[in-house]
Amino acid sequence: MKKITGARAMHECLKLEGVNVVFGYPGAAICPFYDLLGEETVRHILVRQEQNAGHAANGFAQASGKVGVCVVTSGPGATNLVTAIATAYMDSIPMVAITGQVTSGLIGSDVFQEVDITGACEPFCKYSYLITDVRDIPRIFKEAFYIASTGRPGPVLIDIPMDVQLAELDFEYPDGVSIRGYKPKHKGNSKQVILAANVLAQAKTPVIVAGGGVHLSDARNQLRRLSEECGIPVANTMMGIGVLDDDHPNKLGMIGTHGTFLANSALHKADAVLLVGARVGDRAVAKPGQLAARAKIIHIDIDPAEIGKNMEAHIPIVGDAKAIIDELCDRLAPIKGKYETMTAKDDKPRVRKADAEEVGTFIEPRIFVKMLSKSMKDGSIITSDVGQNQIWTANAFAVNGGRLLTTGGMGTMGFGIPSAVGAKTASPDLDVVAICGDGSFQMSMNEIATIVQHNINVKIVLMNNHNLGMVRELQQKHYHGHLSQVSLAGSPDFIKLAEAFGIRAERIESMDDAQAAIDRMLTHNGPSLLECQVFPDEPTP
Amino acid sequence: MKQTLSVLVENKPGVLSKVSGLFSRRGFNIYSLAVGVTDDESVSRMTIVVDANDVVVEQVVKQLNKLIDVIKVKELNENTFLTRELALIKVKANASSRNEIVQIAQLYECKISDVSPTAMILETSGTTDKIDALEIMLKQYGILETMRTGAVALEKGKETI
Repeated sequence: MKKITGARAMHECLKLEGVNVVFGYPGAAICPFYDLLGEETVRHILVRQEQNAGHAANGFAQASGKVGVCVVTSGPGATNLVTAIATAYMDSIPMVAITGQVTSGLIGSDVFQEVDITGACEPFCKYSYLITDVRDIPRIFKEAFYIASTGRPGPVLIDIPMDVQLAELDFEYPDGVSIRGYKPKHKGNSKQVILAANVLAQAKTPVIVAGGGVHLSDARNQLRRLSEECGIPVANTMMGIGVLDDDHPNKLGMIGTHGTFLANSALHKADAVLLVGARVGDRAVAKPGQLAARAKIIHIDIDPAEIGKNMEAHIPIVGDAKAIIDELCDRLAPIKGKYETMTAKDDKPRVRKADAEEVGTFIEPRIFVKMLSKSMKDGSIITSDVGQNQIWTANAFAVNGGRLLTTGGMGTMGFGIPSAVGAKTASPDLDVVAICGDGSFQMSMNEIATIVQHNINVKIVLMNNHNLGMVRELQQKHYHGHLSQVSLAGSPDFIKLAEAFGIRAERIESMDDAQAAIDRMLTHNGPSLLECQVFPDEPTP
Repeated sequence: MKQTLSVLVENKPGVLSKVSGLFSRRGFNIYSLAVGVTDDESVSRMTIVVDANDVVVEQVVKQLNKLIDVIKVKELNENTFLTRELALIKVKANASSRNEIVQIAQLYECKISDVSPTAMILETSGTTDKIDALEIMLKQYGILETMRTGAVALEKGKETI
């Protein structure tokens, strides 16, 4: 067997795991790894701040269904990554984060750029490793990718001291893993599925609530079949957006604080609720106790700890949603009832609250997002930031077969652009558009340089209302209208900024120009920024 | 209500902090936690006593099971397990009080492990209740310091985790 260095072994492991791109930022403690980057190795996308390497890996993972990988250095490189790791953890995104660490003999002595990153990330990391023996690299990489991608997916952190990267080992990659404390259960219990089918058959107003787990389990087709063959409408959480196409008659839309009238009404009237891969977060179900008192709750989740955590479940089913939904559909279809649940035809059109005349010189964000969605290729990807832009996008998203990538759990501002970089890298043939607010945009606008450097054809829509709109609205409603630190006066001229980065940019102020501007943006062969002037008092709902 | 969990974990660095961190993060109250290596060197056993209702204990068990370094978790049913705690209690003792303390020590089956002109250390093992009772008896003489291990437990009979 040939001896190779730890750094070479890291590259070998990535290759053997089928990783063809990593997002990262170099520094002293990870230099042995960077020293070996070349044409034969994995492709590296240099971001402009480490947090964005994590968000890009997140977007890549969601778009590809594979594990996203990011690589950064020790100390501040690692701590900058913390928000991205927490974001991936909350939304159950498979990710492997590799951090350089100071030489192992110096750990604990507070040397330059030393930080206990495995300790720091412990509460929001699926698992973490600090490699102290170079011979452990193959096993740990194999385990890390396995843990990140199986069961309930999540981020796994590998911290590698510089001397371990430079030491030598006899490289042999293991075929499998053996972790006695980790045996995720994939197959659902048939007895529970039969119970669930019986409950749904007896129900009058059943509703399916689909969460992000449906996407993670790649169970969109199975869920649609269940809904169609059994006649049960589907509501979704923020992470479950897109499980049914926008014009599907069984689509109810998003539940929760910022959800639709239709979805929330149907859930309120439901006598049976089938939750699939949804963790009953507080923004989705504000009063879980009341819901469980009204309706029979069937909860499918691969993580047993999510069942019963936030809401009592009458019928828990632990396992992978895809096969369970298929089995449930087979059992329910012959015995299904005649349901009286609300469907898309019961929807009440939303009444605009903003002043109509004033809106004439602004972009109506919801109509715009719908227009944009319909102009994109089927299956395409929109990423969103956080704030009003996220809710407008969530409720108006209408790309057939497409995905909305957003941070439902953490609500991380600045996610839009870097996650779009990751998504476009995974799916170069699809349209990828990031929808940002002017607040979030300024948290990651430096990534336009990444887009330019690596020629990543990402489109950016900037909803500019010159304010931190959602906080402003909160202050108006709940803090007696006292507006505190929500004006973003001082922001740059975004068109000039984009041009300074060398990308195409355009500003629109009227819906009359929207369709043409969308078409110009999407057909332009290269990255592009479209700034939409939005009325500052445009409400969230 | 106090409930006792027996937990097998990987015997490697960082595992104790993962377990204790989980408790503080999720707002669970640990009453006591004792840990030691088992007959298999790669495995440690923790005995965790939590003060919580059944719903919370179910969450504790699920969250513990979710930790990758946790191999197995078992809730021990009342009366079917043996529980012991080791305590060292340093109590003030002078010529006039020493005899009385020795008598208490005999009553509670304690070993007298150290004697000095003004203090002595009583060593005992037993249930948490027994040690609590001993502490009450010794308080009148002035307890200088106490070290208790927290409960360790095993199921009775040939049942294993």
